[in-house]
Amino acid sequence: MRGILCVFALIPAIILIILFSYIFSNGISAINIDFLLNSPYMLERGGIFPQIIGSLCLVSVCLLFAVPLGVLSAIYLAEYAPDNALTGIIRFFVECLAGIPSIVIGLFGLILLVHYLNFGISLLSGGLSLGFMILPWTIRASEEAIRAVPRSFREASLALGATKLQTIRCVVLRNAFPGITTGVLLGLGKALGETAVVLLTAGSGLESFIPRSLFDPVGSLPVYIYMLATQGRHSSTAFSKASGASLVLLTIFFAINVSALLLRNRYIRRMRGEIA
Amino acid sequence: MCFARSWSMERVVESILLISALSSALIVFFIVLFMLKEGFPALMLGKDFFLGMEWKPSHDKFGILPTVISTLIVGVGALAISAAIGVPAAIYLAEFSPPFLRNALKACVEMLVGVPSVVLGFFGLMVVVVFIRDFFGGSGGGGGGECILAAWFILAIMTLPHVVSISEDAIQAVPRSLREASLALGATHWQTVREVVLPNARSGILASLILGMGNAIGETMAVSMVVGNPNIPSVPTSVFDAARVLTSTIVLEISYAVWGSTHQHALFALGIVLFAIVAFLNIITTAIVRREVQKKSV
Repeated sequence: MRGILCVFALIPAIILIILFSYIFSNGISAINIDFLLNSPYMLERGGIFPQIIGSLCLVSVCLLFAVPLGVLSAIYLAEYAPDNALTGIIRFFVECLAGIPSIVIGLFGLILLVHYLNFGISLLSGGLSLGFMILPWTIRASEEAIRAVPRSFREASLALGATKLQTIRCVVLRNAFPGITTGVLLGLGKALGETAVVLLTAGSGLESFIPRSLFDPVGSLPVYIYMLATQGRHSSTAFSKASGASLVLLTIFFAINVSALLLRNRYIRRMRGEIA
Repeated sequence: MCFARSWSMERVVESILLISALSSALIVFFIVLFMLKEGFPALMLGKDFFLGMEWKPSHDKFGILPTVISTLIVGVGALAISAAIGVPAAIYLAEFSPPFLRNALKACVEMLVGVPSVVLGFFGLMVVVVFIRDFFGGSGGGGGGECILAAWFILAIMTLPHVVSISEDAIQAVPRSLREASLALGATHWQTVREVVLPNARSGILASLILGMGNAIGETMAVSMVVGNPNIPSVPTSVFDAARVLTSTIVLEISYAVWGSTHQHALFALGIVLFAIVAFLNIITTAIVRREVQKKSV
């Protein structure tokens, strides 16, 4: 019985290994300097330089929006929020936002940012829509990190005569910083791989230029992969380029996740060391 | 003086923080507002919209029933597969696994959560779809191989990590004293798991499955890449049929829907329906978890 259960438990790992080896073995041959540093043309020709830069730009705009707002919300929820109806409502809406399917966020970005506010299909619209999507994750991660700071630290600071604000700034946030960063990195990974939102609000994925302003449309790796995989299905060039782009995306994604994990482990060790 | 100033400073900061915290609520409010406003004309079609069997934008026919049914079929099927794999996996991880294996497998599960959906969709298109086409001889509609079965597989992969990790948490949350009582009565480890641990973890596992289904239904890219999307949606009759789900219809048609037309309104209304289904599933999950917490605290 135990053996059978063990086989089931191994399935996720096996899927992961098959997936990565498939993408790696098909993608590695597509990757070279030309692929990484040129622009795409005629659907499947050229490289993915604008897509890489575009993805990074989108994620930066998204983080510039979501991180300050998320951390400030988390400070409120963890340190100030009284136990009343308003706090309950805020928490309810954070959960709500986390549960909204990404395509609905994309539609919302399309109607509000692209049409009503007239930002057009652009870096700004795409980045902000991604920001709406990861905001609840940033809030949750930051709140958890802030709550994990031991009460004694706060009390020590307050006892020394610091105000609440000073305590939060100099003691709580400083100690919660690695935890917040981990949460932000995980949110970043989510934003980086998101396709539906970006497809609706930021561009068609095959842009051959790097955005010069916030109002330029911008290509991104996930949408590029989507386009090649669905439009160029029967061409082996498109297939190999899409594999290459997937490999690049997975590599960036991996780097982010591993650094988040390392940071988290180091942080946990440090917290334990300090408390003991 | 100094005291007064710092006090007012604290107040200013606190209100800034409150305003930030309210921003999420504001975003949700605007999402609901704009979706309803844009979808309203289509929702007003009433019966023709919700119960209509025909979706032909060029003929101004916007019946969503086949799409909704396909969506539920795809969601339930994917969930059944991931439950069949995920629950035993969670039992193993929580009860029988040696620690080193557990850590390694949990790391894999965490990695699998984050794999970008478009990469999974691409994998599905190139491997799962091709496999189904070669193996079952293109009995599917559309391009052959792109079918409900493929969507089940890919969505099962996407929901599996959620099912495994939440079920495992639920199993581990069963109080130690219950296990010890059972073992003390002479039950074996396996009997204890079957008769004591699993019944107690049942609602947590159920919550993970419903949450997984919400995720599966709300998923866009991976599904729309493998599910086939025939031009005219119909109620599927076999797992090898191509189908259309809510998300894939939106993402494929929004790019050519004329702005301001009923077609565009209908696509936003599809978004509302999708949002409503997912919100409903989330509410059930929350209710199950809350009831469980209350039961435990009594």
